[in-house]
Amino acid sequence: MAKGKSSRSRANAETMAAKQRDISVSEFFAKNRHLLGFDNPRKALLTTVKEAVDNALDACEEAGILPDIEVKIEEVTPPPAVSKPGRYRVTITDNGPGIVRKQVENIFGRLLYGSKFHRLKMSRGQQGIGISAAGMYGLMTTGKPMVITTRPHKNKPAHHLELAMDTSKNKPEVTIDVETDDFPEGTGTRVAIEMEAKFFRGKGSVETYLEQTAISNPHCSITFIPPDKANENPDLAEADPDITADDQGIVRTQEFSDRIVYPRTVDELPPETEEIKPHPYGVELGTFLSKLKQTEEKQLTGFFKNEFCRVPPSVVASVTKEASTKSKSFSGSTWVKTIDSHDAEKIYKALQESKLRAPPTDCLSPIGVKTMLAGLLKGVKAEFYTASTRKPAVYRGNPFQIEAAIAYGGDLPGDQQARVIRYANRVPLLYQQSACSAFKSVVDTSWKNYGMQQPRGGAPVGPLVVMIHMASVWVPFTSESKEAIADYDEIRKEMTLALQECGRKLGQYIRRRQRMKRDAQKRDVFERYIGEIAKACNHLTGVDTKDFYDKLLEQAKARTEIADAQLDDEGNFVKDEHGRLAKDDDVIILDSKAVDDASPEGDSTISETKPVTKKKRVTKKASKKKRTTKKTTKSASGLFGG
Amino acid sequence: MAKKKTSKKKVVKKKVVKKAATKKTSKKVSKKKTTKKSSASTRTKSHSRAERDARTAEKLSGLAQNIVDSVFAGSEPEMDVPVRAASNTNWNAKKGILEMGDSVGNRQLFNLGQARKFMQTLIHSKSVDELLEADKTLSLRGMFYKSLHDIEGTKEKTFDDQTESDGILEDLEVSLGSLREELHIFAKKRGTMVGNITVVDNGDEINCRKMGSGGYAIPSICEPDVIQFKNIDAKFILHVEKDTVWQRFNEDRFWEKHNCILTEGSGQPTRGVRRMLHRLNKEHGLPIYCLLDCDPWGHYIYSVIKQGSISLAFESSRLAIPDAKFLGIRAIDYERCDLSDDVKISLNDRDISRAKQIAAYPWFEKDKQWQREIKKMLSNGFKMEVESLITKDISYVTEEYVPARLKAKDWLG
Repeated sequence: MAKGKSSRSRANAETMAAKQRDISVSEFFAKNRHLLGFDNPRKALLTTVKEAVDNALDACEEAGILPDIEVKIEEVTPPPAVSKPGRYRVTITDNGPGIVRKQVENIFGRLLYGSKFHRLKMSRGQQGIGISAAGMYGLMTTGKPMVITTRPHKNKPAHHLELAMDTSKNKPEVTIDVETDDFPEGTGTRVAIEMEAKFFRGKGSVETYLEQTAISNPHCSITFIPPDKANENPDLAEADPDITADDQGIVRTQEFSDRIVYPRTVDELPPETEEIKPHPYGVELGTFLSKLKQTEEKQLTGFFKNEFCRVPPSVVASVTKEASTKSKSFSGSTWVKTIDSHDAEKIYKALQESKLRAPPTDCLSPIGVKTMLAGLLKGVKAEFYTASTRKPAVYRGNPFQIEAAIAYGGDLPGDQQARVIRYANRVPLLYQQSACSAFKSVVDTSWKNYGMQQPRGGAPVGPLVVMIHMASVWVPFTSESKEAIADYDEIRKEMTLALQECGRKLGQYIRRRQRMKRDAQKRDVFERYIGEIAKACNHLTGVDTKDFYDKLLEQAKARTEIADAQLDDEGNFVKDEHGRLAKDDDVIILDSKAVDDASPEGDSTISETKPVTKKKRVTKKASKKKRTTKKTTKSASGLFGG
Repeated sequence: MAKKKTSKKKVVKKKVVKKAATKKTSKKVSKKKTTKKSSASTRTKSHSRAERDARTAEKLSGLAQNIVDSVFAGSEPEMDVPVRAASNTNWNAKKGILEMGDSVGNRQLFNLGQARKFMQTLIHSKSVDELLEADKTLSLRGMFYKSLHDIEGTKEKTFDDQTESDGILEDLEVSLGSLREELHIFAKKRGTMVGNITVVDNGDEINCRKMGSGGYAIPSICEPDVIQFKNIDAKFILHVEKDTVWQRFNEDRFWEKHNCILTEGSGQPTRGVRRMLHRLNKEHGLPIYCLLDCDPWGHYIYSVIKQGSISLAFESSRLAIPDAKFLGIRAIDYERCDLSDDVKISLNDRDISRAKQIAAYPWFEKDKQWQREIKKMLSNGFKMEVESLITKDISYVTEEYVPARLKAKDWLG
């Protein structure tokens, strides 16, 4: 046996060397596509749409354009069996700035090519692998190239390209390159990818992703054309280009026979964010060393000034002094070239131990309280909305900011666990909920204090939607597929604080609502009786029935004023004749059905009994509508025939 | 339904008048109304009664005016209603009657627990005022129907049942300090009498010696302006608990033989019966002997006749007869009269606790005879009805039992 085996020549260094060669990044990811979110046909559609929409939004915002995005999914070949994937064509069109011709191949055809990786700036995409990976996935499963149409200049024809990727070289191959006029007016980009996938709805679907994106980005308008819309609900209306407000005066997401429209409810783009240099606390030794090698600066002071933030010359002086030894001393004017790796390690250590100011936070662009409320108002039918934005904080030298918002009551199901929607830099996170820091902080918060039910070690139960957003120049994801936020203590703490701020307001609202309900019932009783009393007193004393009735009604109202009190952001009562608040606040309360249901009689007394709740509009369009929809209150004179 | 419609029309009409008139004129209208009323009433009723009605009407409008004034002054609409409860009932040992205390409850409109009663009191006030205006009287049940309607715009009724209405009327009596008859309200007739007396009822002379087998039904209002007495030959009154026993005595012409008046209250005597007994006792000095069952209920009836009741404590001075006597049935009668076992009705738990309550009444508490009586009944473990004496002989009670007791002056006081 041993003899026979030994006769076969074993590999030696040379033969092995012959097989050793570069591994292309594209090849690596082609084999490990699950790392990019293409693990199964169900997820493929979502990841593709997600990458394309993220890119489109980033591009639009950077160019200062209010995004209009259309996502269309067509069924090319239906799934042959329930368990097998079908073939779909995904087309995403935006009104962004377009892409100049020579960059098209790089952006769509190469993995790890992008503008976002090397800088520390808050943006949706980070690694620059997304859309090209989607194209690669399509090519691998269908053999069809990616079709790109883009018009970077308004009045010139658009470029129409078909790209296939050569995975071994990480280089794209352009199969078609023509100019075309078949593109909507203005600038923009359209990407179409055909791929094997499974289309579905519900949790983790394209629709959920778009819905949540619309919530966190109320400044964008998204149209979604799914493949099977028409067959599902024949009652839906034809698409109507005019989005109208509903009877509460709120512009909400609308479903049509062939599409779902997520309308724009905020007309302002999020403020542009600044790019920042890395903060020393967030830099590891290896990075520090490579920065030293690559820098164009000659002296240490310049090196620190240009490569990092928060390291002024005074700090450089103290750090170099700290790192100096008898044999070798450093200062700000030490030449970068003279520093070997041993010296660098010393300086690095001294730097980590020195006290540095926190990184600047103008690089962060939180969604903001008003915008979050506008987003929730559009996407979630509730009666109470509140939001809170924390001050920026820092983890590992990276500035970040946490925001939370909640919607409560209304049409939300009351017997289920609260829905937690998570965002990182405005991008919804759909998978791995329980691994995410955001979800953990929801579980950690004790909602019982705020009038909610909460099973031990779980999310609260009740008609509640919890939204958590983390804005950062570098969001720490647990994996490359960007699905869950890593559990840093600093992040978790900020999330919990933000949730508590919202929770307190919710608790106040729930408690006040109970009081309002009681008072509304009381008023209902009083109002029922004062008509009789007025008549009896008229008979006995000759007092004018109407006068006396009005006077009694006035008293009855005064005694049950909580029933139509308004709540300000602190949950205190604010009296306002018009039933709304003028001041900026972070709470929206809509007509609550619960209070209506409390009154035993149908409609005759209700107009007086119903507490006037404040309604706040976010867009100008909506507030116009409101006046017309406001119910006319029936006056007491109805009782006496006017 | 039809009634409701007409009342609605009335309201609308009034309103039109009011609308046309200014505030001042509307006051004049009301004044006119009252003058009209009094002129109309003088024609039909006696001067004193007209005066009394005017007084009552004034009290009613005063009650409402107070509320109107306080509402226009911006303060809480409320009315004072004396508390009709055991807590506000005092035992006046000197007079030997129950009296109502001074505590007054505030009935407020803007109090969830009182709002409905507040409204009901005013609705009844209005109904009473209308009665006075028309110079007619209504029964308690009639008042219930008069004030009954759906509250405007709802399906809620002003009164759920007569009990609710009766309670409010009693409240009204107390808070106005007017008696039921002054409010032109009477109760259902209950109670009968025969005997050597002539009663003048609303001008008609009724000879109670010639009432056949039915007897004279005691009216619910026995005030001097309605009822006067004539030819009182009787020397005492025998009051029995119920009609069946009264029939026995009447058939045996007991009142003729013993020269007395025979009355019956069908259980707990109504105010009419009590007022009648009270007047005969106070005005004409007739002693009253009660023949009641030997059970806590019988003892309670005696207590009410003698001292008054809690809910009508405000009328005790006109109703209570402190020197009424309890003739029987006594607990010892089972042995004394040698009754058979068949008459025993065993005491249940409620009877026992009721008996203990009665024994603790302040007017029984220090009465050794009564303590012995109740103790004996409890130790017997059974109660007896007056009819139990029939087991001895059909007329045993009229021919032997009562005469023997009276002769021996054997009674409880």
